Amino acid sequence: MSDTLLSVEDLWVRFPTRAGTVDAVRGISFSVGRERVGIVGESGSGKSMTGRSILRLIRPPGQMEAKSIAFNGKNLLDYSERQMRKIRGHEISMVMQDPKFSLNPVHTVGKQICEALRLHTKVSRRAARLGALEMLEAVQIRNPERVFNSYPHELSGGMGQRVMIAMMLITDPKLLIADEPTSALDVTVQMKVLAIMDKLVQERGMGLIFISHDLNLVSSFCDRIIIMYAGRIVETCKASELHNAVHPYTRGLLNALPRIEEPKERLEALQRQDSWKQEVSVDARV
Amino acid sequence: MPGSDSAVMERKPMVAEATKEARLEIKDLNVYFGEGADRLQAVRNVSLKVQQGGSFGIVGESGSGKSTVLRAVCGLVESWDGEIDIDGAPVSHRRDKAFARKIQMVFQDPYASLHPRHTVDRVLSEPLKLHGFDNVDARVLRVLDDVGLGADFRFRYPHQLSGGQRQRVAVARALMLEPEILLLDEPTSALDVSVQAEILNLFSDLRKEHNLTYVMVTHDLAVVAHMCDEIAVMQHGEVVEVMDVEAMRQSKPETAYTQELLKASLGYDAEFFGAA
Amino acid sequence: MTTAPVKSNVPARSGLKAWLTSDAPVSRSHAKAVQLYLGWLKLYENKLAFLGFLIIVSLVLMAIFAPLLATAEPNAQDLSKRLLSPLSEGHLLGTDELGRDIWSRLVYGSRITLLIVGIVAFTAPVFGLLIGTVAGYLGGWVDQVLMRLVDIFLAFPRLVLALAFVAALGAGIESAIIAISLTAWPPYARIARAETLTIRNADYISAVRLQGAGVMHIIVGHVWPLCLSSIIVRVTLDMAGIILTAAGLGFLGLGAQPPEPEWGAMISAGRKFVLDQWWVAAMPGMAIFIVSLGFNLLGDGLRDILDPKKSQS
Repeated sequence: MSDTLLSVEDLWVRFPTRAGTVDAVRGISFSVGRERVGIVGESGSGKSMTGRSILRLIRPPGQMEAKSIAFNGKNLLDYSERQMRKIRGHEISMVMQDPKFSLNPVHTVGKQICEALRLHTKVSRRAARLGALEMLEAVQIRNPERVFNSYPHELSGGMGQRVMIAMMLITDPKLLIADEPTSALDVTVQMKVLAIMDKLVQERGMGLIFISHDLNLVSSFCDRIIIMYAGRIVETCKASELHNAVHPYTRGLLNALPRIEEPKERLEALQRQDSWKQEVSVDARV
Repeated sequence: MPGSDSAVMERKPMVAEATKEARLEIKDLNVYFGEGADRLQAVRNVSLKVQQGGSFGIVGESGSGKSTVLRAVCGLVESWDGEIDIDGAPVSHRRDKAFARKIQMVFQDPYASLHPRHTVDRVLSEPLKLHGFDNVDARVLRVLDDVGLGADFRFRYPHQLSGGQRQRVAVARALMLEPEILLLDEPTSALDVSVQAEILNLFSDLRKEHNLTYVMVTHDLAVVAHMCDEIAVMQHGEVVEVMDVEAMRQSKPETAYTQELLKASLGYDAEFFGAA
Repeated sequence: MTTAPVKSNVPARSGLKAWLTSDAPVSRSHAKAVQLYLGWLKLYENKLAFLGFLIIVSLVLMAIFAPLLATAEPNAQDLSKRLLSPLSEGHLLGTDELGRDIWSRLVYGSRITLLIVGIVAFTAPVFGLLIGTVAGYLGGWVDQVLMRLVDIFLAFPRLVLALAFVAALGAGIESAIIAISLTAWPPYARIARAETLTIRNADYISAVRLQGAGVMHIIVGHVWPLCLSSIIVRVTLDMAGIILTAAGLGFLGLGAQPPEPEWGAMISAGRKFVLDQWWVAAMPGMAIFIVSLGFNLLGDGLRDILDPKKSQS
């Protein structure tokens, strides 16, 4: 739909174990423009590994391999670890599931946001503080001053996740990777956080990769959907056309969901087929 | 306590009221945590009535006190007042062994609800031995079969099982003492969608086969709509609304809070939530 | 409890291995065997821990087969052959001031060391485990009373307390064992309590409570198995210290009494000649060093092997 920000070709993530090598991601290709792309899959589908490998954050003994990970036309695989550090948090940011693990408990929220900003751009302390307060306001925190001076444990889950989003967006990245950013939150809070994220991403013309297990949520939130199973992309489609999905796995997932509007006597159990693991990954580049 | 009770009863369909008796009734339940100045009231004046063979859902967000109600009913929380009646007889704060054969519970996280050092066999045969049942081996095998696992799984450890299989073991454990009431505390929220469907189907089958009464707590309105005939919505420790499942399907809840919950569970709606 | 059906035909080697690594055990004892085998594999893979394990096994074998391994009676004196240096004719490690063969004394001394280690290892941790888990599980005033008792015991220097006990009970190996056990349990109680606090609110404990199980049933059947691994690790790591305390008591003349070939007492006797005939003190010293090292290596390895958080993933 627009110029490509990120294009990943033939990505593999492998983990050596005692029983042999386990392929967590098996040769997937996809691209992201200035749009909201949802990656959906169940646990073990490799969706989180995909998100981490874009930033080359796979921890040893895991290994990643790809033909190319092109961001803004430059191949991230050629970058040194030092250069990658400049990309992370500056050009590409990542929001994780639980803010409690991503925020340092012994520093105030404000200090951490300022640090994130000053790490990548040369601004004065004062300017960083003003920027941070502005950002906190942008994520609809009513009392930015108070939140600025509070410690992570003093914040509720929803508040913590807003702070995380503020921290990740303050450097004005071009791409945001959100890995289950709202699944630890209550449904109503979840929607508010999503609305904030949606607004900011659209205003700034960013690309968004939204990783989630919730098909229903992703289809209502994103523009395009990538469905992963056992490390492969089994299907990709526009979010609005999800109901026309053809792959039996996608259909199975859709049918397995209980729906408020359409009562069913029994839910359809997913009949997994071995062939899904063998099939060639669908190319999700546009 | 007739005052608060009648408010709940008025909304119930009178037909069902007349034909079926209440298996579990909660009247004016208050639950407290902590003591002195730190005392916190987690549940306020909750009154509910669950009919025999019924499936009652309690929905709410974290901190709404929904799980606490279950824990008070089964006796894991002792600091409560009010009345909890089972088959018309009030239960005391300290539960005896016989009580275990009336009510059992299935917990949220199958990764945390099975003892990591006990085999499936030990998990399932333990309650039988505690209550002096005979035919332990046969009963274990039959329940394993009932929950769709089979004898192959009998001597495995929890770490050899997937999340769905673990939850089946947890369900099997709850069934061992042949209880009449099963309390389900978010039994599928830690599971993948496809596994959730299997477990929910299992609950439906078991309810028919064993004539069980369910009380299910969840934050997922779609799950509750699928499983339950009657639904209570809780917020800040209080029941804000009790409705039957049809009213919910037709999006006719009475309170704004329920309306918002319902909207949120249908998916993201930029216009609705972006404006808020 | 039913036992495993007796296997009439012993499976072939590959069959046995498959049986031991089976994902779907067919009986209770089969499940246990699989767990043990996997633990053994992990121990075998950890080379240093395995070395420690070998040292301990050798110690046990040495104690059992002492009469076969010893080249002389441990207490047989021969003043004509006193203070012979190591590798002299018939005396591998030399002789002491009374002409007794040091190798033979070390071999027989391993029995005393094992006796001390064995008894302490089975009394102090069990007592500590009981106190700690009861305190942790019940909480409230029971916890307060038991833990203050632990604090009192911990406030005394260990060797001094042991000295006091020995002084009251009279010198001797039995007094030394009792003294060491009495001073060794409080740390186990602390560990067990800390573990219990993290376990007591787990859903699987709630589940067994709902089944109507009593407090002691839960503590012994459900809490203990989870505390056991950290206790075992701590015991193996403490063993070195216990051997050293026993040797220390022996050295001070308050443990084993002459002519018993206790290692600490042997060093004590050898210290008079340490400048000219170093081997009299050094040989038992080496023995203590090797055995302590063995326990330490094993303990470190067991920490990795038994950690349930690691083995679950």
